Amino acid sequence: MSLLKSTRRLQHLVALGLLSTLVATTAGCWRSGLTRTEVRNLGSDTMLEVAGAWAEAYDKVAEHSVITVSGGGSGTGIAALIAGSIDLANSSRKLKDKERKRAEARGRNPIEHKVGYDGIAIYVHKDNPIASISIAQLKALYGDGGEITRWSQLGIDLGDPKLDPIVPVSRQNNSGTYEYFRESVLGGASGRFKPQCLNLNGSKDVVEFCGQAKSAIGYSGLAYATKAVRLVPVIKKDGSPAVMPSNDSVIDGSYPISRPLFMYTNGEPTGATKTYLDWILGDDGQRVLQAHGYPPLRKL
Amino acid sequence: MSAILFIAGIFLFIGSQGMEFAWNRLSITELLFGDRWEPTADPPRYGAWPLIAGTAWITAVAMLVAVPLSFAAAIYVGEFAKGKQREWLKVLIELLAAIPSVVWGVIGLQVMGPILQSVFGLQSGLNVLNAGIILGLMAAPIMTTIAEDALKAVPESYREAAEALGATRWQVVRKVVLAHARPGLSAAVLLGIGRAFGETIAVLMASGHRLMPPGSVFDSAATITATIAAELGEAAVDGDHYQVLFVLGLVLFLITFSINLLADWIVRGRRRA
Repeated sequence: MSLLKSTRRLQHLVALGLLSTLVATTAGCWRSGLTRTEVRNLGSDTMLEVAGAWAEAYDKVAEHSVITVSGGGSGTGIAALIAGSIDLANSSRKLKDKERKRAEARGRNPIEHKVGYDGIAIYVHKDNPIASISIAQLKALYGDGGEITRWSQLGIDLGDPKLDPIVPVSRQNNSGTYEYFRESVLGGASGRFKPQCLNLNGSKDVVEFCGQAKSAIGYSGLAYATKAVRLVPVIKKDGSPAVMPSNDSVIDGSYPISRPLFMYTNGEPTGATKTYLDWILGDDGQRVLQAHGYPPLRKL
Repeated sequence: MSAILFIAGIFLFIGSQGMEFAWNRLSITELLFGDRWEPTADPPRYGAWPLIAGTAWITAVAMLVAVPLSFAAAIYVGEFAKGKQREWLKVLIELLAAIPSVVWGVIGLQVMGPILQSVFGLQSGLNVLNAGIILGLMAAPIMTTIAEDALKAVPESYREAAEALGATRWQVVRKVVLAHARPGLSAAVLLGIGRAFGETIAVLMASGHRLMPPGSVFDSAATITATIAAELGEAAVDGDHYQVLFVLGLVLFLITFSINLLADWIVRGRRRA
């Protein structure tokens, strides 16, 4: 009985082995038998989705290269570039001085390529009637010691006094979005968030939370908007107009909370990496970016 | 033997990763009692009190949920259920223990959060209560199994003697079985606490991760484990932030280690007596 069983198992294993070899060979044949150069791409979680979309779209047009993409964060990507284990690092922030020094010590020369933009939108629940918010108000709302803690201070009545206290929603303190928001709204790395902030662990979580909690306000990438939330137009400073975040307002620079997205190469790119990067910067690549909710480098 | 080696190795690794910073630049009083956790601000502040308080609050709520649930289940399965039903229940409880914690986290985030929000009229459903309930449900199956073992260890002759004296089923359970199983039951609770203390991803998702000591069960809170999980991935290796997370890990390790040791000691003490 047990002998029979183990023979059966063996048969299964052999069959499985044959099947996987078959699949591997067929997949190989599709590529007309040519060897393909691998471009290794790793970094920012913000850019992960669009980096994956780029790789997928590129796969259809490029015969000779294969792009492997993974996330882990901007810091992880840059560290891997410095270590020499990847070709392209995605980063939603500029290289830090410390990182540049470490790269130079290793004999690397990270070169920056701007590949698109990310607008950081201010999200509230869809029933929140707020018409606009200024950077100064955001600072008083999010910044440590800031005096705005209630919606009534912004002239908003949410209909129930229980909903009056604002629930400020932030990100975990090492995300690129968090750093960017701190820099552009709270005034640099010395800016501190209120300890009352919730620190959620993903761009999507922030938007989802704002869609559920009526008294919440949050910041997250423009690309994550859903039907349950509203985007709040932002006023740069007293007297300037309230600007709705959109591809156009980010591209022409009128929307105040937006940041460039980067890819870093070690030295000037060459070979398959260069072809890929050129494609990303070209109209086809930029259209993929736009389709995923990120403002492209120029109007298409 | 190999287990001891592993534990010593883990302890040494965690210690070595954080020690340089802990010796030279970290004030232990600030770490334990400071109320601001701002490791990426300039200058950074490493006060882990909000995390320690959050962990304690959430674990306490978890035990309030898990103890009655698991003890009731253990008593029913061990003392009242019979034959097939008993076997089924045991399998079911073990299955419950096998639900991955990230699934519990999603339940906390997307199911429990909105429910708590509407039931209690809260602004946010991601809070101590949510994380505590989720953790309690996670810890209950293993606590049930251990508690049931403790009940089973009470000699059958005690039950028979009590019944011979005319005690009802319920009286036997309350006055004889529970009294004798007390050390085993305490061990179950302590192991449950250890489980709740160490859980990461589910609390990260359900607690709201607010870096302030909670004032009530309806406040959001952050735990030590969730902080390590959320921040370690992007902390520069060997930087201060990276090292302080290892020091936090060490604190956590010492806490769970002593809880487990205590549980073990209680069980052993009972056996010898």
